[in-house]
Amino acid sequence: MSGKVFAVVLILVVLTSTFFFAAHTWWLPVDISTHGPALDKQFNETLIGTGIGFLVSQFALAFFVWKYSGPRTGQKLKTLPGGAKGLVIFAIALVGVEIIMLESVGQKVWADLYFKPADPNSLVIQVQAEQFAFYFRYPGPDGKFGAMHPDKIDEGSQNYFGLDPANDVAARDDIVAASMYIPVNRPIELLMHAKDLNHSFYVRELRIQQDFVAGLDEQIHFTATQTGKFEIVCTQLCGLGHYNMKAYLNVVTQDEFDQWLKSQSQ
Amino acid sequence: MKVKYFLTFTVVVAASCLLVALFTSPAHSRAASVAASGSITGKITYTGTPPKAKPIDMAKEPSCAKQHATPVTTEEVATGPDNTLEYVVVYISSGDQAPSAPTEGARYDQKGCQYVPHVLAFQVNQDLQIYNDDQTSHNIHPLAKANQEWNKSQPPGTPPIDAKYAKPEFIPVKCNIHPWMHGYFAVLGTSHFAISDKDGIYKIAGVPAGTYKVTAWQEKSSPVTQDVTVAGGETKADFSFKVTPY
Repeated sequence: MSGKVFAVVLILVVLTSTFFFAAHTWWLPVDISTHGPALDKQFNETLIGTGIGFLVSQFALAFFVWKYSGPRTGQKLKTLPGGAKGLVIFAIALVGVEIIMLESVGQKVWADLYFKPADPNSLVIQVQAEQFAFYFRYPGPDGKFGAMHPDKIDEGSQNYFGLDPANDVAARDDIVAASMYIPVNRPIELLMHAKDLNHSFYVRELRIQQDFVAGLDEQIHFTATQTGKFEIVCTQLCGLGHYNMKAYLNVVTQDEFDQWLKSQSQ
Repeated sequence: MKVKYFLTFTVVVAASCLLVALFTSPAHSRAASVAASGSITGKITYTGTPPKAKPIDMAKEPSCAKQHATPVTTEEVATGPDNTLEYVVVYISSGDQAPSAPTEGARYDQKGCQYVPHVLAFQVNQDLQIYNDDQTSHNIHPLAKANQEWNKSQPPGTPPIDAKYAKPEFIPVKCNIHPWMHGYFAVLGTSHFAISDKDGIYKIAGVPAGTYKVTAWQEKSSPVTQDVTVAGGETKADFSFKVTPY
């Protein structure tokens, strides 16, 4: 009897949890990137595949529990010939095949993001992560970033990148901001580096989550397709103020972007 | 008989107390020195081109950002009208006579994600209280070298941090949570000091007559020292700093 109750409860739990996924009750946030649809598509396909596997296995479990849970007298317990070895090997092979399939399907999305170089017409922005803020640098009218000198870093005068405008002409027109502004529909190349330790650059709507690794210069690229204000958060535990480490991404029209740049360079 | 003894005893005790109080009270000694002293006052100006005050973006900390109607700017070189400089510490660096012990504590505030005042001057061994007036956590980190360095976390609503410094030192102060927060502690071995106001004016009061070396300190410049002779009344001593745009 208890076995039949278990089977019924199991089916109820399975159907309820599946319902929330199927109905998209808690679903992905809006996607504002050009690479996002492919990523979301793969996410969906993976979820449908694993969802079907989940349903089939849970229904099978419920069926067997329902059918064989009662007391049986006079029947010998049957075992697989040669023990469970064959079954275990089969299960490992099956999981291996699944993972290889997932990777072969997903490698194009990955390669587009990480192996393909950024569009040559990209707007290049540098982002520095530090405890507990992000700072963004734009090269200014000369299109060149000034060199960084760690010994010149001086937060009191907002010199977060350690620029040396007294001796370095390229650094003089660099624009440093605590909020990120980008023009919509323009490819962005983001140069990433951490000032102290590992952080992460995560914008849900951009479908970008990339760690900063201390000591590594990293590059990612993306194009935003919708204007709006979005949150950039750190998703690598980086210390006391991690919970509060965020900045805002403002995706604006080209005109608004030009105006913002102008206002920052004054 | 008993009453007479009691009265005599009371009078003697009261007289002794009065005498002790007269000779030991700091109020007494201060009153005496102020009577025979003057003050040093003047204006702090600059020559050259000062760096531009840069706006501070606090968007990530909305509870602080909304406290500032106009954008807050950097305060390292705070200029006033007629090429004057604010936040310059002027103090007697040599020849000081009988510096008086501080009578009350110094107070430093973390307010609107800024340090208020930007530069706080106080004496060695003076009690310092650091308040968090914000709705966010701060982690004050005075970068002391001569004194012991420490940093302390202070969530909103927690009691003030008590601190004290034993050696004179100019200590840059930063917040380990908000990178833009920056201030200074001027820990001084004298009780004769002042900080220039937004018009660049300072006034050191209660200086006994004598000749002193008076130093003006500005956080981005080399200190400037001059000899000042106080004879009583008001003695003028202006200071000028050379500043550069970068």
